[in-house]
Amino acid sequence: MTTKLLEVNNLKQYFPIKGGVFGRTVNQVKAVDDITFHVNEGETLSIVGESGCGKSTTGRAVLRLDDPTSGEINFDGENLLQLNKRQMREKRKDLQIIFQDPYASINPRQTVRQVLEEAMAIQHVLPKSERLDKILELLDIVGLGPHQLDRFPHEFSGGQRQRVGIARALAVDPKFIICDESVSALDVSIQAQILNLLKQLQREYHLTYLFIAHDLGVVRHISDRVAVMYLGNIVEIGEKQEIFDNPKHPYTKSLLSAIPVPDPDRKQERIVLKGDVPSPIDPPSGCRFHTRCPFATEKCKNEVPKLRKTETMTGTHQAACHYIEDIESGRKQPNY
Amino acid sequence: MSNDANALKISDLRTSFFVEGNEIKAVDGVSLTIPKGKTVGIVGESGSGKSITSLSIMRLIKSPGQIKHGSIAMNGEDLLQKSEREMRKIRGNQISMIFQEPMTSLNPVYTIGEQISEVFQVHQGLSKKEGRAKAVEMLELVGIPSPKERVKQYPHELSGGMRQRVMIAIALACSPELLIADEPTTALDVTIQAQILELMKNLQQELGMSVVLITHDLGVVAETCDYVAVMYAGKIVEYADVYTLFNAPKHPYTVGLMQSLPRHDKDQEELNVIKGNVPKPDEMPAGCRFAPRCPFASEICINELPDLIETEDNNKVRCWIYSDKWDGNPEVNVADDYKTARSK
Repeated sequence: MTTKLLEVNNLKQYFPIKGGVFGRTVNQVKAVDDITFHVNEGETLSIVGESGCGKSTTGRAVLRLDDPTSGEINFDGENLLQLNKRQMREKRKDLQIIFQDPYASINPRQTVRQVLEEAMAIQHVLPKSERLDKILELLDIVGLGPHQLDRFPHEFSGGQRQRVGIARALAVDPKFIICDESVSALDVSIQAQILNLLKQLQREYHLTYLFIAHDLGVVRHISDRVAVMYLGNIVEIGEKQEIFDNPKHPYTKSLLSAIPVPDPDRKQERIVLKGDVPSPIDPPSGCRFHTRCPFATEKCKNEVPKLRKTETMTGTHQAACHYIEDIESGRKQPNY
Repeated sequence: MSNDANALKISDLRTSFFVEGNEIKAVDGVSLTIPKGKTVGIVGESGSGKSITSLSIMRLIKSPGQIKHGSIAMNGEDLLQKSEREMRKIRGNQISMIFQEPMTSLNPVYTIGEQISEVFQVHQGLSKKEGRAKAVEMLELVGIPSPKERVKQYPHELSGGMRQRVMIAIALACSPELLIADEPTTALDVTIQAQILELMKNLQQELGMSVVLITHDLGVVAETCDYVAVMYAGKIVEYADVYTLFNAPKHPYTVGLMQSLPRHDKDQEELNVIKGNVPKPDEMPAGCRFAPRCPFASEICINELPDLIETEDNNKVRCWIYSDKWDGNPEVNVADDYKTARSK
């Protein structure tokens, strides 16, 4: 039986743009615009998309690092948006985050011991006397040695620093970890080590991950389900097999076809999208992808497509496109 | 020597940095030829020396760095023997370079038109007006819509992909024989990366230039390169045509790199990671640089540095396994046995 650990309903995150003499709000960046999804206990849901699609904003909103404009975030049966600051801080014991650049997110003047101890002290995890044992255990779990206990962040390599970031997140025994581009800054060989570590930790401690990434290879490896975002909306969501092998939304298809495959014998047919992602300040009407979509029609300009499931999709797979069936049957042809 | 088949021939290039009395050998004896009209990829992880190799070709190594040894032959002349004045004429004219982050390579206070036009004024002695007209042509060539309006814009008004197109326009302004592209698409989103890679491919065919592509992305390599050099800790460990490299990699590092790559087009149970870290420059292993991380390492690997051995298929690999002196299991097959050897 699967239980939903995290449920996000109609989440909106608008950032005001201030201007004029009185600093009035002249416009808004609609970074996340009405998204709904859930994460089951013990699974990994990845959010993918290009820069500016709102994937990181979503992660930050869940932790209330930025307070969302509207919506509902239910974690373990409790609406996080109704907690006050103190309650929320306590709640963060269960929800942790691992950032992209551990060097920027770990205090450079603290040793590993201090970093981990502080995390435990804030959340009252263990009595002081038992913390050192726990710290050593954590180091061992993430693959660092006891001799590295009193080292500063700058004494570590990038991969080791990310291990410290992981140890800090684990220090408070969380249920749920948001990984925001946690392996993006690492070299391939080190990235693989960290990915394997994250998977192993998930198995051992029954962790739930919200994995935010732009690298679809990494996403396929780590996820159970995937959500594809474009300009603040989820355009497609479902089990990873479905998203990668049976994508329905034209954006997902072009995104997948754009990734270079490390196999010179397989020259795949590529859908090269025209132009850039439009600005989230004044996003296109209707389907936000219509300005770059080879299938776009008048209807796409006017009507916002809803996430829906068709007969050829299985599981929880849904896509937000008016023409899923017509594109599939070939009734609608792309015009490049 | 204009009918030479090679655009560039690097021989035994050594570039070092001198920090606090220590010598850090960033590039340690690299030899590489770039055939005319072809794309040669240099792959490697951070600190492997791939970027320093490219900067050495351009003679852009600044103190405390120093090119200590070697030759870089282009059209029968050694670039390392040129004066700074002569080099300035070669840069932009014969060899051009594009970098990873276009925003730091473009000047924020000049319009892009002025920056492209400058190339023509400096290298071809055109007037400002002629330069401006050429700039519009170049913007059109690199696929920037409404180039007449765009020339008047400043770099901050353009998106990342557009900026990289402008960089390419500047680099190609004087139709160089050789283009060095250092991680040209690393900072870009995949859909924009696809646009830029396609543009570079088309322009290369149109202009018939040779390209050195420096990247850490094996996908980009597979798609764009003819030949590939894999670098590790300042040395080339494998050199092969792109098909051989991906279908039959020989060096344990290359194999490890490929098996640790998460793929979006197929499922993998677990990634076969390479254990450990890249050696620090001041703690270089005495023997093979990769020996401490190599699952096949034997006695000789730890003690002696292997040469770059030429294999039957005209490719090269720096590994004892392929030499007569190999003292380990004679039956070993690196690609097939990697996984089992690794888990021991």
